[in-house]
Amino acid sequence: MIGDVFSWLFDAQHWQAHDFELGIGDQIYNHVLYCSYALIIALAIALPVGLAVGHTGKATWLISAANAVRALPTVGVLVLLVVIIAPHFYGRTNTGYLLPTEIVLVLLAIPPILSNTFAGVQNVDPAARDAAYGMGMTPSQVLRRVELPIALPLIFSGFRSATLQVIATATIASYVTLEGLGRYIYDGLAQQDYPQMISGGLLVALLALTADLVLSLVQRLVVSPGITGKSRRPGTTTNVPDPVSADELAAGAARS
Amino acid sequence: MSVLATSSPWGFWSYFLDHRSEDLGWLWDHTWLSVVPVIVGLVIALPLGWLARRYEWAYPPLMSVTGILYTIPSIALFVLIPPVLGLDPLTPLQVPIALTLYSVALLVRVVADGLSSVSQETIQAATAIGYRPLGRFLRVELPIAVPVIAAGVRVAVVANVSIVAVAGTIGMSNLGLLFDEGFKLSTKTPYYPPIVLGIVLCVLLALVLDTAVVLLTRAMTPWRRVVR
Repeated sequence: MIGDVFSWLFDAQHWQAHDFELGIGDQIYNHVLYCSYALIIALAIALPVGLAVGHTGKATWLISAANAVRALPTVGVLVLLVVIIAPHFYGRTNTGYLLPTEIVLVLLAIPPILSNTFAGVQNVDPAARDAAYGMGMTPSQVLRRVELPIALPLIFSGFRSATLQVIATATIASYVTLEGLGRYIYDGLAQQDYPQMISGGLLVALLALTADLVLSLVQRLVVSPGITGKSRRPGTTTNVPDPVSADELAAGAARS
Repeated sequence: MSVLATSSPWGFWSYFLDHRSEDLGWLWDHTWLSVVPVIVGLVIALPLGWLARRYEWAYPPLMSVTGILYTIPSIALFVLIPPVLGLDPLTPLQVPIALTLYSVALLVRVVADGLSSVSQETIQAATAIGYRPLGRFLRVELPIAVPVIAAGVRVAVVANVSIVAVAGTIGMSNLGLLFDEGFKLSTKTPYYPPIVLGIVLCVLLALVLDTAVVLLTRAMTPWRRVVR
């Protein structure tokens, strides 16, 4: 079976678009595109809101509200929105399926980014914040130059778990007839073409692992070495890894 | 056709009554698929978490392997498990195996962190009054780590309820089939009842299981009530 999978994957025919079928490269592109839209929109909403709520300590109910959304079964919400929205679009475009999918992906991506941004800003050492104010920084300077950089590792872990959930759920969107790598899984299943189905699973897993790896490299470049503990002045105590926090747990919670 | 008369979203209750035996069967499948893998996962994660805590060299490789496992999307893991284990491509076993792997991946770290939350003084005191390593682990360290481990178990159970529904899209028997049915019945006009019923039952199941873990934890840690 594993041999069949590899011969399916490395068959040049499957990499070229022909008739009504897209090539593997096109489907990877589609998958990444759907995910990018959702992640950019979710980041544009969740990051400023999380920073504002964390900085001011007001409207914390927003965080609990976003977290409550996670209890919903993703597939159910996806099917529900498709059934509601799709009939309003006719013709050959896939807007009727793309729109509900993107709504679900954005809804999924917001809670981990929002709650981790909030937690990151909340967890800033009050002494560091006071010192910044004492040096004469304005509240917005404190937010941008002190709280944001210190919160960055947690924000990244939220964004990474959002990315993984979005990639996973975009796969399931193929079940409601959208393009993307999930097409191979659901088409393979329908045609009892198991090498195709398993190849689809392999491609999705590789995409998720690659995305996580790339983000971890970006995180390493962006996060200040003073926070990760890589640059250390002599005399400071060594960093003991924190036990897993409730926020981190919750970040990994909702998945699909 | 009385089916069309009740196609509004609020028709889910009468839909449930009409298809009671089928829906209850799916609810039962969904329940055991959400619970059993977490129990098996916990049984596997306890010795692995102990190992990661006891021997420093074991911690990084265990965390990388479980991290990679947790990165793989569920639908991909479902279809990848049969070929890797040499099973039939559509074996019903793929779902519980995948969920057990996720539970282990999540809980190994939680168990290791829970055990590290036990203070050195406590361990020394237990050794001083004569506990041997195994007895000390089972009767002192593990009970103290219960609250941290339980937080991880809650996350795992609630996440499982959502993941199991995904398996419905590849035809596995659980509440996810309600979404499948709703989708297939909605080709021309929306037919809401099975979809809404599925969402309601999934949320209720997650709430019930979460509450059960909380109550169980409370019963297992009577000393916490005395302190507060």
